[in-house]
Amino acid sequence: MATLSVPMKKKTNVRRAFLPYLYLLPAFIVLGVITFYPLVYQVIISFTDFQTKDLLLGLNSPKLNHIGIKNYIDIITGGLPVQNFDFFRVLTYNLWWAITNVMVHVPAGVLIAVLLNVKGIWFKRVYRAIYVLPVVIPPIVVGTVWRNIFDEQYGAMNQALTWISSLFGGIDPIKIRWLFEYKPPIPWLLPNGPLPLAYYAMMIANFWLGWPFMTLVATGALQSIPKELYEAASIDGASRSYQFWNVTVPLIKPAMIPAAIYGFTMSFNLFNFVYFMTGGGPARSTEILVTFAYDLVRNLRLYGAAGAFAVIIFFVVLVIFLITNRITRATESYAES
Amino acid sequence: MTTTTEPVKKKNFLVRFFNIDTSGSKGGSEKLPLWRQLVIQLLCLIIVVEVMFPIMYIITLSFSSKENRPSTLEIFPKEISLVAYKQVLTRPTANPITFLELLRNSGLLSIAVGAISLLIAVTAAYAFSRFKFKLRQVLMIMVFIPLLMPAVGLSTPLFLLMNSFQVKTCASGATVLLPFTSCIPGEAAKLMFNLRDSLLGVGIAMISTALPFAVWNLKGYLDTIPKELEEAAAIDGADPNQVFFKIVIPLALPQMAVTFFLGFIGYWQEFVLPWLFLTNPKDYTLAMTLYNMTGQYASSIPWNRFAAMAIIVATPVAIMYILLQKQIVSGLTAGGVKG
Repeated sequence: MATLSVPMKKKTNVRRAFLPYLYLLPAFIVLGVITFYPLVYQVIISFTDFQTKDLLLGLNSPKLNHIGIKNYIDIITGGLPVQNFDFFRVLTYNLWWAITNVMVHVPAGVLIAVLLNVKGIWFKRVYRAIYVLPVVIPPIVVGTVWRNIFDEQYGAMNQALTWISSLFGGIDPIKIRWLFEYKPPIPWLLPNGPLPLAYYAMMIANFWLGWPFMTLVATGALQSIPKELYEAASIDGASRSYQFWNVTVPLIKPAMIPAAIYGFTMSFNLFNFVYFMTGGGPARSTEILVTFAYDLVRNLRLYGAAGAFAVIIFFVVLVIFLITNRITRATESYAES
Repeated sequence: MTTTTEPVKKKNFLVRFFNIDTSGSKGGSEKLPLWRQLVIQLLCLIIVVEVMFPIMYIITLSFSSKENRPSTLEIFPKEISLVAYKQVLTRPTANPITFLELLRNSGLLSIAVGAISLLIAVTAAYAFSRFKFKLRQVLMIMVFIPLLMPAVGLSTPLFLLMNSFQVKTCASGATVLLPFTSCIPGEAAKLMFNLRDSLLGVGIAMISTALPFAVWNLKGYLDTIPKELEEAAAIDGADPNQVFFKIVIPLALPQMAVTFFLGFIGYWQEFVLPWLFLTNPKDYTLAMTLYNMTGQYASSIPWNRFAAMAIIVATPVAIMYILLQKQIVSGLTAGGVKG
């Protein structure tokens, strides 16, 4: 047996070395053609002035100019032939949009989870079943429905406000131009990029969409906290708010930080919701990076500039990923220790 | 990339979420005082109103038979009329396409993209999960890079590349396939087929991001399957291929189904690529139609019809979500990179 096993082992070793690549082959052939090649192609076209007239011949078009990094410079300095575009304003708004969303969703989600976690409240299951509804509805539907709700003439929001004001003796119907009023209601907030009324409307709509997910995660974390901790704390005479800050918060942190990061990346690239609700308007003031990139290719048809813009987005997302990955890792080791 | 072990840790979140522990109310020593109970109930009801407001609004609208836009707020249906649903099911918009065709396009696209990407992904996921080889790290990062790109990011090159595949009939009668063959320069040619302007082209383009997602997701799942069974089979003389087909695939089947449905939920809502690629109304999808039914250019669409459409588009996703909640929450928090 011993004499036999040596050559066999050698043979299987050679096979073993090739086998993983064989298993990877189908996926990498497909990825090579439809993912990696387009990624490279994207970088190449980002250095050209690819436009509609070059569509038929592609990179072989004789009219196609290689213009170096002009597209990148144009994007950064706002030199694109596009109205109301300022890269750093859009970037600031985009970051602000993602951060403010998470800052509202996480605390609200945790508080509601804590509320529902109180011992012995009635209809707990019913509430939990209802509160999960926004999570299950597709964002494109949420976006369109809220767009209708914020309609100036016939929208439910203005009608609801009219009804409320009528309770206080108001007579005139309220007609707020939620999605089209450009003037920022709070001018000093984010001076770099004025926040129009549409931003607040979107915050309301995205709040509806966002907190239930956080509640879902927080509920799970809350239920894994041992009850003895609270008992011990209350024996020691700790008040309820002291217990919340010193028992609940530290113990649900390891679950909430990845959820918050997930929420941040989701909000940062929330294409469908933004595109369906405002389309980036009014005057591009609620535009985020991905919706602007889409406008460049779909409506403005500046393929070269769109390629450059996508490359820039890639690096922005990469930086965000590296930072958030760091945070996740740090909290993981915190959770383990 | 270190988050692959997360699913195990978080898996029981939703199990607990639904098997709510009610021990507090039954055997607990401290009882909730009534005033506290009432305050909490009030808060909970306020939240219910917040959650149900848009849902009830759109349901009421969809059951209304009035074609004109609502002038006052109604959040409880006064009538249950299915007129709007009937209209949507026969002809949703002014475009010459029926609901069944829309459903077919959306369904075909999401099922085909989900299934094909899964089939191609499974062997790669297995290789990443079980084999140790030289280029493992490099290749894994290569698969991860497209996941960092937001869906819009790859749309430009995909549009341009798909657009270069065209079938044309030249004036001389010859049929050519661009970019491989072409008519004589200067000759008139009739465009017969443009890969970019077809569901096939959209499907191929969607696979470009669906495939890395499937590989990554499946790899995460395969990592959680214990290796003992495979090792036992290998000791009994099974070669790696047999182990893969006879042991790993059957074990991974339920999780492949989850990956499929997770993908399906996303591809069902896919809007970016179809809206960019397709120009023929016959190829439109449900998501595109929903977009067409709202906004300033859709003033001719009655809102009750829009509401019915919104509910129809939302229903399959909502049902799938409710069936798969546990996996979705653990999967989302684990691989939360894709925007």
